[in-house]
Amino acid sequence: MVVSPPAVSGTAVFPQGSSRRTDSPAGLQDPAWRSVLEHLLAAGRSAGADLVEVFLERSDHLGLLAEQDAITSVSPSFGAGAGLRVFLGERDGFVSTNDLSPSGLRSALEQALGMLGLLLPVRTAASFEGLPELRDFATSKNGWLQECPTLAEATSRLLEGTDRLLSHGRHLQVRRGSYARDWQEVLVAASDGTFARDIRLHQSVGLNVLAADGDHRASLGRRYGTSDRPDDLRHWDPEVAAVDLCGSAATMLHADYVEAGQFPVVLANRFGGVIFHEACGHLLETTQLERGTTPFADMVGQPIAHEALTAIDEGLSDGAFGSLSMDDEGMEPQRTVLIENGVLRRFLSDRAGERRTGHPRTGSGRRQSHSFAAASRMRNTYIAAGPHTPEELIASVDRGLYCKSMGGGSVGPTGQFNFAVEEGYLIENGALTRPVKGATLIGDAKEVMPRISMCANDLELAAGFCGSVSGSIFVTVGQPHIKVDMITVGGR
Amino acid sequence: MDTSTTLPCDGATGLDAEVLRQRLETLASSEGIRRWDLGASCSTDTSVQVDRGEPKQMKGAQRSAVTLRVWNEDGLVGITSTSDLSDAGLARALTGARDASAFGNVDEIPEFSPLATAPLPVLDQPLRPTLNILTLLETLKEAERDLLGRHAAIGTVPYNGLAQRSSERLYINSDGACRQQRLTTASIYLYARAEEAGRKPRSSGAVRLAYGAADLDVSGCVDEAAERTIAHLDYAPIRTGRYTCVFSPEAFLDLIGAFSSLFNARAVLDGVSLSRRESLGEPLAVPFLSIHDNGLHPANIGAAAFDGEGTPTRRLTLLEGGVLRNFLHSEATARAFGVAPTGHAGMGAKVSVGPDWFEIGPTPGSGGGASGLDRFAPGSAGEGQGLVVIDSLSALHAGVKASQGAFSLPFDGWLVQDGTVRSIEAATVAGDIRSLLKAIIGFEGPAKVTPDGVCPHVWVEGLSITGDA
Repeated sequence: MVVSPPAVSGTAVFPQGSSRRTDSPAGLQDPAWRSVLEHLLAAGRSAGADLVEVFLERSDHLGLLAEQDAITSVSPSFGAGAGLRVFLGERDGFVSTNDLSPSGLRSALEQALGMLGLLLPVRTAASFEGLPELRDFATSKNGWLQECPTLAEATSRLLEGTDRLLSHGRHLQVRRGSYARDWQEVLVAASDGTFARDIRLHQSVGLNVLAADGDHRASLGRRYGTSDRPDDLRHWDPEVAAVDLCGSAATMLHADYVEAGQFPVVLANRFGGVIFHEACGHLLETTQLERGTTPFADMVGQPIAHEALTAIDEGLSDGAFGSLSMDDEGMEPQRTVLIENGVLRRFLSDRAGERRTGHPRTGSGRRQSHSFAAASRMRNTYIAAGPHTPEELIASVDRGLYCKSMGGGSVGPTGQFNFAVEEGYLIENGALTRPVKGATLIGDAKEVMPRISMCANDLELAAGFCGSVSGSIFVTVGQPHIKVDMITVGGR
Repeated sequence: MDTSTTLPCDGATGLDAEVLRQRLETLASSEGIRRWDLGASCSTDTSVQVDRGEPKQMKGAQRSAVTLRVWNEDGLVGITSTSDLSDAGLARALTGARDASAFGNVDEIPEFSPLATAPLPVLDQPLRPTLNILTLLETLKEAERDLLGRHAAIGTVPYNGLAQRSSERLYINSDGACRQQRLTTASIYLYARAEEAGRKPRSSGAVRLAYGAADLDVSGCVDEAAERTIAHLDYAPIRTGRYTCVFSPEAFLDLIGAFSSLFNARAVLDGVSLSRRESLGEPLAVPFLSIHDNGLHPANIGAAAFDGEGTPTRRLTLLEGGVLRNFLHSEATARAFGVAPTGHAGMGAKVSVGPDWFEIGPTPGSGGGASGLDRFAPGSAGEGQGLVVIDSLSALHAGVKASQGAFSLPFDGWLVQDGTVRSIEAATVAGDIRSLLKAIIGFEGPAKVTPDGVCPHVWVEGLSITGDA
């Protein structure tokens, strides 16, 4: 079956005189929204707000789970809502609502204004000249949802995946496949003349196994995700994914726990990039500047990392999980060089960040949904490729740890970061030897960045999710193989 | 606005169960659906954050959500969730759920809970009035000012917030069950950042919950945040090795929560728990440890009277005398085990199971492991050994492998040695949960109420600590 596109609810706003519709195929494309939004923006400006922003959203989600050889969960959901944000100086008030009726939106605006001590005027003064022509980034995307795999097709692909695991795995106690499809239509209007619409589509598919043999256990997973490619699940190769995952599970099942200590570490490409994401990327968001929690404030133009390191954040890579046609504040994303040869070049900034810190916007204003105010967030973030081969990095280590596959991580308010290693190997005398598990890498951003001393020539990206102040968003992490001269490896 | 599009939920009046029921009955009947159930929630929130005396962000939110579950003519189940409670939204959710039911799991078909109409526990949950957001702002500004004034090194309180919520949830089904609960809650959190010249920044904080913003123990939150932050200012690296560790109540509750699949019947049936069906009656921990799940504890602010399937919440013994006594259940898992549902279900195509609120402490009459602690009494052989106090654990989402039993987690804490107490610069604690539960040597102090449960300090020997020294 084809999951139908989400419909604007029966309580949606339409200008007076238009007929009430309970289902609008055009959704936020409906030109009737213009006058509704103009009215809200004008009212907010008349009340004395410096800037008013309205974010409208419709969403459609599908989650599937296959366990062993059966589909055990089919979870569709859909929704709509609005987030209204009002700025006065550096302060702002934000209200979100599921009620898109005229009274609901007006009430939300009134509440946001009231947070700043402003009152909704009885009459709207001529303080807003109206919205410009819509910048519609979604003109070629309106049919995306219908182009996605049907439920029957998606469930069939997942079962192929768990079947392939059965073929290639040994000692597998649990085989799981999961698929998520997130469709989102957004319309952003602001009193600075922003008026833009977009449709986003993210799909991810993953396989997970739990291998068990007596007291030995290993649980591992692989996840693959893209944006804006409706038919991508059809191109996913469950055979390749299963062979890769089962190979790792077989290796890790009987692996010893890693010995704790401080070692040089070589991190593999793709999801190894979580180290930069956690150790440095978050600290280059203006939200951290606002909070006073980044050690890199006032260091633009100064070295903060080893000269071998150049790092980039962008929203442009074709099909990457963190790519966008526009951010959640209606701005087109940029390619932002964060660190160039070790020197800090730029922070990631959103609308509020620009007002509060002076760092120009970079198209990085992102949010999970209408329930969150946008904040400066990463998109596709990666360390640039270097001149070495991965083998050269490993050969340069006498005794250390090779991290082939990484789990999640986090960073705290003091810049202390951590992340888990799912699949590790000892490096002894410049070569990989035994597999080890149970490692957690911890460190301090300011200390670790200068220790990333070698970058290989095999840059690759990997899809991930990042949870922070504006919710959980789709991101890409990435890097080539890199070498960290010394880091604390937590273990047993 | 005509009746057909009136939302059965708004911030002022809450959910109207009867309106929802009538609409569902009409819509389901027109679609030929005879069996359905529904969980719905509706809430209004306001919150503030401040930054060095200035308002940082003020937020408001109105949310509604419904999950609709239907049984098709073959008895298979499908669901759909939506934030759209209008007629059109409910109709679309109903047809979406029916379409999804074509892919329902034939091997495990949920039923209505047999306890969905059983009497509910009476909870003492006063409904408090909502305060004006500017009052919240002034309260938080004052709290921040107070905290900043506690020590010269405390320069900012980068993570702070004061929030209040008025919410309502309900469960109804086509057999006539109707559960409804209204609730008001409020919370404040303060996480300070302190830095002394030439030294690394340190951070800690505190949280308080109450039924209304006016009831919050703001000064207690400031006191605790200040005390914890200041206590981490004087730090030093720790040598890697094995230590006897003292978990704070918060840290031990976090750890047990991360490994709650040990007690989860869903996880047992799915093969991802360390426990098996036959584990009931087997020793899992030292004989003086007891763990109960008790969502009804009077200190559990925001306790739910019923779960996602309408089953009443109740106190359940999980471990008693170190022996595994019961699992947490949904309707489906309870049926598979031949027991009654325990009130720990969510709602979904595959119903999740989870704990509510833990009570952890000594088994009555067991002595509570006091003899274990005697080894560390003044003049005893263990007196000179270093003790690691684990104040809080981080990164549980990444560092816990629940299905393997393994954990490797960064923590904030102190090293107690030779009569001195010093904060630990940066370290991880690693181990196996099954080994840890059998390496507990005792409890210390009275049980402390936290947002996640109630627990005393817990002493555990022989844990691996990795440090920078």
